[in-house]
Amino acid sequence: MGKYIATRLLSLIPVLFGVSLIVFFLVRLIPGSALEMYMGTQVEATPEQMIELQRIFGEDKPVLVLYVEWLGRILKGDFGYSLRTGRAVLPDILSRLPLSLELTVIALFLALIIGIPQGILSSLRKNPISDVLNRIAGLLGLSLPQFWLASLMVLAFSNTQGWIPMGNYIKFSDDPLRNLRMMILPSLSIGIGLSAVIMRYTRNSMLEVLQMDYIRTAKAKGLAKRIVIIRHALKNAILPVITVAGFNTGYLLGGAIVIEEVFALPGMGRLALYAIYQRDYPVIQAIVLVIATLFVLVNLLTDIIYSLVDPRIRLDNGAKHA
Amino acid sequence: MKANRLTRNAIAMTGITIIALYLLVIFVSTFWLPFDPVEMDVDHLLEGPSLATGHLFGTDEFGRDILSRIMKGTSISLIISIAATALGAIVGTTMGTWAGYLGGLWDHWLMRVADVMFSFPSLLLAIFVMAILGEKTYNVIIAIGIVYIPQFARISRGAILTIKSSEFIKAARSNGASSTFILRKHLLPNILVPLIVQVSLSLSVAILLESSLSFLGLGVQPPAPSWGNMLSGARKVMVLAPWTAIYPGLAIVFLVLGFNLLGDGLRDILDPRLRNVR
Repeated sequence: MGKYIATRLLSLIPVLFGVSLIVFFLVRLIPGSALEMYMGTQVEATPEQMIELQRIFGEDKPVLVLYVEWLGRILKGDFGYSLRTGRAVLPDILSRLPLSLELTVIALFLALIIGIPQGILSSLRKNPISDVLNRIAGLLGLSLPQFWLASLMVLAFSNTQGWIPMGNYIKFSDDPLRNLRMMILPSLSIGIGLSAVIMRYTRNSMLEVLQMDYIRTAKAKGLAKRIVIIRHALKNAILPVITVAGFNTGYLLGGAIVIEEVFALPGMGRLALYAIYQRDYPVIQAIVLVIATLFVLVNLLTDIIYSLVDPRIRLDNGAKHA
Repeated sequence: MKANRLTRNAIAMTGITIIALYLLVIFVSTFWLPFDPVEMDVDHLLEGPSLATGHLFGTDEFGRDILSRIMKGTSISLIISIAATALGAIVGTTMGTWAGYLGGLWDHWLMRVADVMFSFPSLLLAIFVMAILGEKTYNVIIAIGIVYIPQFARISRGAILTIKSSEFIKAARSNGASSTFILRKHLLPNILVPLIVQVSLSLSVAILLESSLSFLGLGVQPPAPSWGNMLSGARKVMVLAPWTAIYPGLAIVFLVLGFNLLGDGLRDILDPRLRNVR
């Protein structure tokens, strides 16, 4: 097991290297140097002054040298400074990261506790009409734009105190209960799409498992239906569901960007949006890098969890991208 | 035979019906709209839906007719989604089929690039690309297209790999057919099924991505109406005028649902291996 995790961890290095290349060079494509953006439109500089400024900021070197220097600083934990506030980027991100992660975790939790029971129930009631209705319901869940759902929630709960954060966000460490209460609606609007996906996978997987011989044997032994479904069927049917939930968790993190804006939650997504509106490229670069890294790590974690529950996976080393 | 199966498949037919209704709206809106979608009307700010005034879905904070804006926005959203999906499908499939067919170093590097692209959540990647290209309508097409390229590359490569070594390809090759000829005449037709399904599902996600970008102010720029930027404008006034937020959202939901139903249904119809697993 340790060897499996080690190889998977090593395989992350080229991917993260590629991510850093994209994050660095895409920003370099923008017309105008970072320096010009920093100066904005208020300041005029002569060409000589510009050259001098470029030297001071270290922008006069070849772009490959700049990349290597940048990567070196990132690896040491120095993500640079905001062009707008002049503050170090990393502490700002780290102080906002917990909120975004909390949103993601609660959204995942809600998606699981809504999706799995729904999937099980719909797999047990099998007739053509409920079949079609279930599929349409599942697809409808996939079709709801998260930000619209969030807007409707704001609308519906605008007169109810405490459910909508709107400017008076309370930290979990200050008051866990009130914090959780105001995180539920934002998390729900992010998680509902995933709950539909989980519902569909649970249902498919249950239908497949329920046809198997050992289920018939269990029923024939006279075991209670509830025990057959939970102990025998669900235990095997849940495997693909874990993978799907895991690989989609990263997308929840992406969804948090929009939802934090709708609910005015001071998380990393909101920081990213303001950085984009203000063309604050060091902040944008850092956030994209952090989210992509988290995304890759969550996918790795999913692989590892999957291999823990299903020992067959470890035998063929990670060759499963069907 | 296939058409017959299509009519029997309620899911795909419901999807087609929904999409056809939207196409009808686009057709009608090129000739006629209830009101001018961008003209402001200060005498009718935030009026509720009513038959008497002719504003069936009400008016927004500038007095513009919401129904007209939704109708106009239909073609904007649909054109962006179709163009972005086409971009991703054409570039991605070309790259993926060549990679799968040729194998070797080209394949290796292409798939490493795809792995890197998959390390970004799609919405984040689209937002990042928009931040770099700037908020222009045609840039939305590029941003969403870029998100799709690795997806189509991976699917088409996988499909090519499964049929590359089959007898009829070997026969064609031993008859002296060129690689381009084999790819076009033999391989592409055989990987169309997964691609068609993917196109349908990609169209639905493209509409969601476009509306999310426009909602954040990074997509279609006002005053041009798109469902996403209508909802963005509605945020400030929706407590007073809920209809400004409800109708554009419903327009998104039903079109996305249409493409999802079509994609899901097509998968059943076209791919017999998957039919029993649903």
